[in-house]
Amino acid sequence: MSSVAQGTRKGVGAPNRAVSMRIVLGAFLVVYLIVLPSYFAESPYILRVITTASVLSFISLGVWLTFTIGRINIGQGAFALIGGYATAILSTKFGMSFWVCLPLSGLIAGLIGIIFGLGILRLKGVYFAMITLSLTEAVRLGFLSGGDFTGGAPGISNIPLPDELGLFGITLIPDFGKVDTHIAFYYLGAVLLILGVAVIWRISSSRLGWIFKSLQQDEELSRSVGINVARYRVMAYAICCFYGGIGGAFFTVSQQSIYPSVFGVLDSLFFILYCFLGGLAFVFGPIVGAFLLFILFELLHELQQYQQLIYSLIMISIMLWLPNGLLSLRLPAASWRSRNIRD
Amino acid sequence: MALLTVENLEKQFGGLIAVNDVSFAVETGEIFTIIGPNGAGKSTLFKLITSFTRPTSGRVIFEGEDITGLPAHVVARKGVVRTFQETTIFKEMTVVENVIVAHHLRSRASSLGFFVNSPLARRDEQEFRESANSIIEILGLETVRNEQARNLPHGYLRELGIAIAMAAEPKALLLDEPFSGMNPEETDRVVDMVRGIRDRGITILLVEHDMRAVMRISDRILVLNFGSMVALGTPSEIQTDEAVIEAYLGREDDELGI
Repeated sequence: MSSVAQGTRKGVGAPNRAVSMRIVLGAFLVVYLIVLPSYFAESPYILRVITTASVLSFISLGVWLTFTIGRINIGQGAFALIGGYATAILSTKFGMSFWVCLPLSGLIAGLIGIIFGLGILRLKGVYFAMITLSLTEAVRLGFLSGGDFTGGAPGISNIPLPDELGLFGITLIPDFGKVDTHIAFYYLGAVLLILGVAVIWRISSSRLGWIFKSLQQDEELSRSVGINVARYRVMAYAICCFYGGIGGAFFTVSQQSIYPSVFGVLDSLFFILYCFLGGLAFVFGPIVGAFLLFILFELLHELQQYQQLIYSLIMISIMLWLPNGLLSLRLPAASWRSRNIRD
Repeated sequence: MALLTVENLEKQFGGLIAVNDVSFAVETGEIFTIIGPNGAGKSTLFKLITSFTRPTSGRVIFEGEDITGLPAHVVARKGVVRTFQETTIFKEMTVVENVIVAHHLRSRASSLGFFVNSPLARRDEQEFRESANSIIEILGLETVRNEQARNLPHGYLRELGIAIAMAAEPKALLLDEPFSGMNPEETDRVVDMVRGIRDRGITILLVEHDMRAVMRISDRILVLNFGSMVALGTPSEIQTDEAVIEAYLGREDDELGI
């Protein structure tokens, strides 16, 4: 699990578990990258659902990181919106390529996250949650009243699809307009998610992750041993906002439009719910949460007016019976052990 | 030259004066204790020295350098490290993880270095593990080293708190009520432990209520009452000081252990 744990607990079954972990992960990747897109190549709706789930997972990974510093962040929608508008404005008003807009949108969201974070991260608990919730709404209203620059309520449309990305005349990524667009976006979303989870996994298992965990448990104590608390919590929050910005840029270019209500308070709440329901203790928690819940929601489409009702009942049931998230199902041995110690 | 000098320190909360014109100097290698009735301003004084709150006026000088009002983590970096009352630990980590995390000040690798697991970061990790093991051994926590901190028996919590502080390599260690809630045997063990830390060259400041332990362990004692200094001297001087007996000790002779 971590460099610390590796040095301290040498379980007999540890190497076997690492190998089987790798096999499971490899199988998932094969299904995700090869089986699913080829099987559903002719069903753009399903491809779009999986793609959306991928990028929602990606955005939620950022929120998950702010959980590790002990903050409930209901403001991720704001940064998805900021990233989305950054891409929209840069590509339509300045004619920049999407491949420049995408990282820039993340960086802009991250920078704004640093500025906000320096102030609001002093707050904890419900106060931080409330101010981030308000932030989502404030940013939405900001874009709504942005005049010609943001396009007001209808927003910005006719955003170009990603163009060709080449290096020395070799095409690295083809023009999205000239290939199967759904497949192209599917792979873009998949690559983002895989890179995104790799980075978050690496952060949380390195010493950085331990520092974040120490902040979650006691900021005063962290400060007393010389940890620059303000610096690390802003760092975690800025990374979270970066993820939000990248995700927002993706949705903007895949919809080819953006308007202020694309990401609202409800979306911010959903990002949190994906983390909660997937399991806060696991890096893969937000991914499992986002995939299962988002796909479930789409499947319940058949129920028409009862869709929301059944969906909420399922979510409430998960919270009641699996308070540590869906992934806690996977670890009966571990949960038994920790219960034993507590007794 | 004194290691730590406090000059005319004052802290007001609204109209209330919590610490009023306190001055003293702590020499290297000393065990210096601050006592006083509840609400005398002992804990506030600790917070002022370690920069967890800013003084209204006055200065704190450490190794000849004015550290007043610096951020708390910078003060820790300079070597002034505190422990907390009660059970302030990283509850959701094991004992050894608690101590490893607390080695922050010794890390030479950058955040990016830790992210990419650079050779320097790996060397840091290795060193922290070794150092954590030796701290755990010195403080007698080996038997619980892989225990989740929140499951620890009460007696070990304060030792873990001290182990966390030791990981930051303090020059001056400020212990906030290290003996409170302990039975005489546990107190004896921690008294020995504190002496052991001092013998390793670390200057100790204590806030404590347990008079028996204070009189045994301290080189000098500062008595506070209502935020002001009542007396400053060796244990035997304090025990016979008229003002101290008047203000504080006289009422409860048995607390003194005389």
